[in-house]
Amino acid sequence: MQKILNLACGSFYALGAYFGVSAVRWALGAGVPAPLFVAVLVGSGLALSVIGPLIERILRTIYGRDESLQLLLTFALVLMFEDVIRFFWGTAPQQLGGVYLVYGQVHLGSLTIPVYNLIVILAGGAVAALMGWVLARTRFGRIVRATAENREMSEALGVDIARVYARVFTLGTALGTVGGALVIPATAAMTGMGIELIVEAFAVVVIGGLGSMRGAFVGALIVGVLEAVAIATYPELEMLAVYAIVIAVLVLRPAGLLGKATA
Amino acid sequence: MIGRAALVLALAGAALVPVAVRDYYATLMLPFFGYGIALLGLNLLFGYAGLLSFGHALFVAVGAYTAATLSSGFGLLHFELILLASALVALLAAIPVGLLCVRYVRIYFGMLTLAFGMLFYSFLYKFYNLTGGDEGIRMLRPKLLGAAFGNLDKVGFLTGPYYYYSLALLVVATAVMWRIVRSPFGLCLRAIRENPEKAECVGVSVRRYRLYAFLIAAVFGAVGGTLLAVPTGLADPLLAYWTHSGNLVFMLLLGGFANFFGPILGAFVFIFLQDQVMSLTQYWRFVFGAILALLVIFFPRGLMGFVGGRVGTGA
Repeated sequence: MQKILNLACGSFYALGAYFGVSAVRWALGAGVPAPLFVAVLVGSGLALSVIGPLIERILRTIYGRDESLQLLLTFALVLMFEDVIRFFWGTAPQQLGGVYLVYGQVHLGSLTIPVYNLIVILAGGAVAALMGWVLARTRFGRIVRATAENREMSEALGVDIARVYARVFTLGTALGTVGGALVIPATAAMTGMGIELIVEAFAVVVIGGLGSMRGAFVGALIVGVLEAVAIATYPELEMLAVYAIVIAVLVLRPAGLLGKATA
Repeated sequence: MIGRAALVLALAGAALVPVAVRDYYATLMLPFFGYGIALLGLNLLFGYAGLLSFGHALFVAVGAYTAATLSSGFGLLHFELILLASALVALLAAIPVGLLCVRYVRIYFGMLTLAFGMLFYSFLYKFYNLTGGDEGIRMLRPKLLGAAFGNLDKVGFLTGPYYYYSLALLVVATAVMWRIVRSPFGLCLRAIRENPEKAECVGVSVRRYRLYAFLIAAVFGAVGGTLLAVPTGLADPLLAYWTHSGNLVFMLLLGGFANFFGPILGAFVFIFLQDQVMSLTQYWRFVFGAILALLVIFFPRGLMGFVGGRVGTGA
């Protein structure tokens, strides 16, 4: 939306994951019943999104300058966040054992699926639908889309651009931190997870088209399915296949599958 | 004139390093030579042609892997031949990559180069039989100008003959790049950076010139990568990882891409600063991130921006 390629979004995700681990541990220690841990995760993710406006302040200094500089500035943030995580949580993977299966499992034929996975899938769908609704139907969404379309015009019509940007950025941060917190029960928080996520998210966004919500959704599906298929059939090709698709998309449709063909 | 005196002084200083200071600092100079050459190429691309590559580490890795494969896989130890082969392989790799990438500019160029870099990284990482996976490939001690220097131990070799060989290579690479940016070709690149439409209008084939710049940068990157592989004795996949590309751009910005000697200064300061900060704290990435952020926000012209204008660009 802001035409910012934020490499640091992966760091938000990693930070959300680590923060989520600590929050749940603390909550369980304080006597919160285990089934409520999802709420704790979401809460911690939302609480962490307060760093959004701060980061946005830093990025604001270079709006309107060369986009290459944005890429570099967010790269600087990635470096800093990696060490912030190392400082607070160390280098050992942080795991949340025990709560993952607290909701039990469902059996579907020969498959066994932890209920938590279903909850996350549903939550993901709900968030996507909510984002779609906010962008398409609400006043805020209309303003955001108008601003993305034509910044000067929106400003002339009385939109407080700085505030819109700060809000959009914070929203993005919150999605990142909550997303990071929600994967935690299923995997461990590791150093480097942020950097790896950026690369995947980058693939998703490029395939789907920058600035297209539906595109990001389609891109995520393609990348996810492709990785699963590759792992099942020919593991060497996992990331290779993803990048091959990225390059193919960039070459054939630089604006992405669902992006507007303006690039 | 001041510039020339500084240059002579820097060169004399570099030549004296192995005899004047501890071996440790001399071995620190070796990556500087390698990165210096790679950054000269990256600077042609960004500083002169205006294309920011976020995947330049790809070619550094191509150079290192070519050298390592030739030395430990095929027993080819003549460093001149290894350098030549690295440059050729990089050129061959850069032609298709470049043809695709130079169709785009600005952030799309950066993203596409990043994707290619990561493509190569996952290739190096996953194809264990061919590339050694995460262990990489060992790089054997090469013969310089046919001489093996068998009587020297590792440090003696690196701080002796190999040091001067690398220094000479950096000087040659700098001289070549100096000629390139001052040639009509270099002028055309700058015209393209400033105003591609106008350049096209007056008859400069924008895309072809961008491709040439990309190819030259790739060759410089591979030569730099080859130099890097010898002191570490290893070519490993992290050389192609995107954060390595980010570090290259960091060095470039640190020195100042608006200046011909900026990248060389940047490589020098980066390596010695990294050494110092790493010995002070394990959180050196944080310090470096902060430095990079301040640079981007306040001094996008880098260190060379302080010592005065656009002396070296010949603009």
